[in-house]
Amino acid sequence: MTDLTSLKYSEEHEWVAADGGTATIGITDYAADALGDIVFVELPAVGTELSRGDVFGEAESTKSVSELYSPVAGTVTEVNQAVVDDPALLNASPFEDAWLIKVSIADGALDGLLDRDGYTAITEG
Amino acid sequence: MTETRYTPLRARHEALGASFTDFGGWQMPVRYTSDLAEHHAVRQAAGVFDISHMAEFTVRGADAAAYLDFALAGRLSAMSVGKAKYSLLLAEDGGIIDDVIVYRLADDDFLIISNAGNRDAVRDALADRTVGFAVAAEDVSDEHALIAVQGPAAERILTEVRGITDVSVPWSEQKYYSSAQAAFQGVPLLLARTGYTGEDGFELLGAAAEAEALWDAVLAAGESHGLVPAGLAARDTLRLEAGMPLYGHELSRDIKPAQAGLGRVVVADKERFVGKDAVTPAPGARVLVGLTAEGRRAGRAGYAVVDEDGSVLGEITSGALSPTLGHPIAMAFVDPASAEEGTAVFLDVRGTRIPATVTALPFYRRKK
Repeated sequence: MTDLTSLKYSEEHEWVAADGGTATIGITDYAADALGDIVFVELPAVGTELSRGDVFGEAESTKSVSELYSPVAGTVTEVNQAVVDDPALLNASPFEDAWLIKVSIADGALDGLLDRDGYTAITEG
Repeated sequence: MTETRYTPLRARHEALGASFTDFGGWQMPVRYTSDLAEHHAVRQAAGVFDISHMAEFTVRGADAAAYLDFALAGRLSAMSVGKAKYSLLLAEDGGIIDDVIVYRLADDDFLIISNAGNRDAVRDALADRTVGFAVAAEDVSDEHALIAVQGPAAERILTEVRGITDVSVPWSEQKYYSSAQAAFQGVPLLLARTGYTGEDGFELLGAAAEAEALWDAVLAAGESHGLVPAGLAARDTLRLEAGMPLYGHELSRDIKPAQAGLGRVVVADKERFVGKDAVTPAPGARVLVGLTAEGRRAGRAGYAVVDEDGSVLGEITSGALSPTLGHPIAMAFVDPASAEEGTAVFLDVRGTRIPATVTALPFYRRKK
């Protein structure tokens, strides 16, 4: 299991795991639960340049559509095709198997993101 | 702000871990665990829905049948006792105030079940239309709970529910769109073989005070038959696959019955009924069609239907990736020139044009 306190979070319910110059991005269990069963995911092409707050894709459930907002600036280096092929992974394993994209980031890219306590304060507010 | 309402089963839903959503001012379970699993359970086994938010009205009196012929679009006087009929409550201008199911319980005793969000409008219209008739129309919604048991296993499950007694017509002999009387723990229970899922099933109208006990008894009887509690998300995808309209999406004050494919519900040759003079849509008015597409990306309510040049042909009213069929389905109002089955159109899905085909409704029909 992922140590959720090791992640950073955005107010739009994305999580970020930083490892050196690479950030792995996904959506939280809270976001996945709110959407319901996710049936379609669209992700960007490798090489896409993202600014913080850019829409990098979308997730659709039977009931609704949610845009995915990049919590960091950087260049997409990898996309999780397994989630595109099986969007239900987002409900089953939002913090592990259903990571969405990896992004190469510069120093300071995570500044201003929330820690676990800051994020749960939003979702439990 | 209007007051948030809960059904008598709120505590049961919370105990089951339901997520809630606002629906017509009511906090209703949208799903318990997975809306897809709940959808599939109803198609393959059974689901139980709390639909106690829906409104019920009694219509009683010597003129009840004649009154309903005037107040509603159909000829309710022609129904025999024990039958149910889908009907429409029209405004003077021919627009739809609500769609309802009418049950004839006795010669001079009818029950109307209407949508939760239209309860006040229905109550007001029913009251206004009683003038000159020996009839009383009464809102009895708060006294009742309504529980739907839907799916191929529904009949078998209900025969095994403990506490239901004095069933007036054997379960297997109750016909689709009919009702029967029973008791649950000694309190009257109306059994209606109706529903909003495209499957066989029943709707149980009982006393609000017995709602929890009835819910528990249905779940207990259904457990070994694959019954699960199901929320509004599954109810919506089920009714969409079955091509059933949802008020506020396919039906509204601005839509006339024939536009929504409900011309058959209107008995236009009745001598008089509210809306009669204005029930015919204007020439060229958009009509409701089914749309199917490939892939997994669904058109949603409010998205445009366009031609290959991007000119707008209509607008989607409901849409989803069909859980049963595995491809996107939608209902939409389109210009008559684009309404013919097989017409190729495009859905404007947030800027991406997705090819779609006009298709006959329903999308899904159960095997008899």
